[in-house]
Amino acid sequence: MLKAASDSRWHGRLALGLLLAPALLWLGALIVLPHVDLAVLSFRERVGPREYVASLAQYRTFFAEPLYWHVFVRTAVMSVIATFLTLLLALPIAWIIAKLARGRAGSLLFIVCLIPFWVSETVRTLGWMILLRESGVLPALLVKLGITAVPVELLYRDATILVGLVYTSLLFMVVPLVSSLESLDNSLIEAAYDLGAGGFSILRSIVIPHAAPGITAGCIVVFMLTLGNYLTPTLLGGKNSQWFTEQIYTQFITRFNWEQGAAFGFLLLALSTALVILGLRLSGQRFGDVMSRT
Amino acid sequence: MIPSLPRPLWLRTATAVYLIAFLAFLFLPLIVVAVFAFNDAPYPAPPWHGFTLDWFLGNAALGRIGLFADRELLGSIGTSCIVAACVTVLSALVGTTNAFLIERGRFPGKQALSIMMLAPLVIPGVILGISILAFASRIAEFADDAFGLELDFLRPGLPLVVLGQFSYIATIATLTISARLRRFDRTLEEAALNLGATRPAVLRTILLPYLRPALLGSAAISFLMSFADFNTTLMLVGADTPLTVMMYGRMREGATPVLNAVSLFLMIASAILALTLLRRRAAPRANPAP
Repeated sequence: MLKAASDSRWHGRLALGLLLAPALLWLGALIVLPHVDLAVLSFRERVGPREYVASLAQYRTFFAEPLYWHVFVRTAVMSVIATFLTLLLALPIAWIIAKLARGRAGSLLFIVCLIPFWVSETVRTLGWMILLRESGVLPALLVKLGITAVPVELLYRDATILVGLVYTSLLFMVVPLVSSLESLDNSLIEAAYDLGAGGFSILRSIVIPHAAPGITAGCIVVFMLTLGNYLTPTLLGGKNSQWFTEQIYTQFITRFNWEQGAAFGFLLLALSTALVILGLRLSGQRFGDVMSRT
Repeated sequence: MIPSLPRPLWLRTATAVYLIAFLAFLFLPLIVVAVFAFNDAPYPAPPWHGFTLDWFLGNAALGRIGLFADRELLGSIGTSCIVAACVTVLSALVGTTNAFLIERGRFPGKQALSIMMLAPLVIPGVILGISILAFASRIAEFADDAFGLELDFLRPGLPLVVLGQFSYIATIATLTISARLRRFDRTLEEAALNLGATRPAVLRTILLPYLRPALLGSAAISFLMSFADFNTTLMLVGADTPLTVMMYGRMREGATPVLNAVSLFLMIASAILALTLLRRRAAPRANPAP
């Protein structure tokens, strides 16, 4: 009996070890160690062929060179604007799906909204390029309608980058919003209405507080994805995009200055982490709960 | 406002206008991509020059390289498929072991580990890419210096692309599979064990069939995400370019409508995949797990 018990304990340990191994290998070799290595890389300076010393030079360069931190701040600000616009655009459609559409219409509309996001971002960006470039569909339409005399270039503007970013991010906002609005009890809204509340005060004191977890989850994910986006800003913004991920790419791949690139990478990671934590603090939620919603 | 409350006419009109504008915004880019795949002109731009299938069937003799004659493009689709298949298999395996670890395992530090597993989703893809690139090169250099070994698979190329994509797609597979395992009725398993089934038999005849929908769903999502990944891939890519990176390069140069043709192809493929997946999800009661 005793032997059997210790046998089964041993089996349990073996099973646990076998299950732990892939997880530890994955997280250790592909996430933790590479990031430690990246940190080490960012805190050193090349002084000769294959000779390095520990230093803060890479971070000093970032603050000393206005171009670098301008691009950094610009990326952050544009990402905040894009996140806000996405929320503004997604809230009504989420409301229609969760509350206004009856029966199957709601779930059908939901599926219809998800369809474009099954296609890769490259394809969607190609669509925007065909629509917006000087020889594209919208400029031609504007000329035909007599709004502009000659076709105007609609690409390579900040507004264009924002349109592209909002478009790519919509899904990640609509899904958490719909799920948090669906759980809102209609009778609360009816009660508020009967007590004389107007549309705006219902929105402010009932809908928004109830949907806050969904709003936070959506905003965090959208902000992160926007900050780390590369494809949309570089293709829709061209040379004017000045996106921070582009700087990382230039340092790492084009100039082969890995130390500088690693420092830039860490700054971007720090910014994204800081805003995630800030978002969680402001809404008083836990990381795991937010991630499980998306 | 909700349907049970009176809605003024202006609000209903505004809602309808918004809905139409929103759907137009959503589908306009996809529609133009599809339409200009058939335009009889060397660039995907208006005006409309008439219908043609050149961008699918054209070849060098016709002066227009269509999708089925564009070896480079077809090759990159093949590359993407190989990468996606590897990522899918790896993610499904690790996702399954992770699900059992998180849902069944009891060990110190489990909470911390399960939070760690979510981390890859909040790290920007570009940074996942460069950190894996730098780490792999360091190991390769170390192996070269210390043992004189040439570890080519640690240099930019497809193996690194697979690992880079797997590093975050594994999280998604883990979430999908453990969500289903959590709802499993453990009395079924206990009954089987009481009736004398061995652990492997229980796994094979009860647990895995139960997890099948989640495994298939996560495989489809993994394949699609891998196929569509750009950020991580761009940093790790070597001589063989997957489709997204190839398309990106051509889009910067200004490409012929052959890109529209390949895009249309992708849209149809992902629509089929999405519909099969939704149909499976819509009818889970019709064919319960055996």
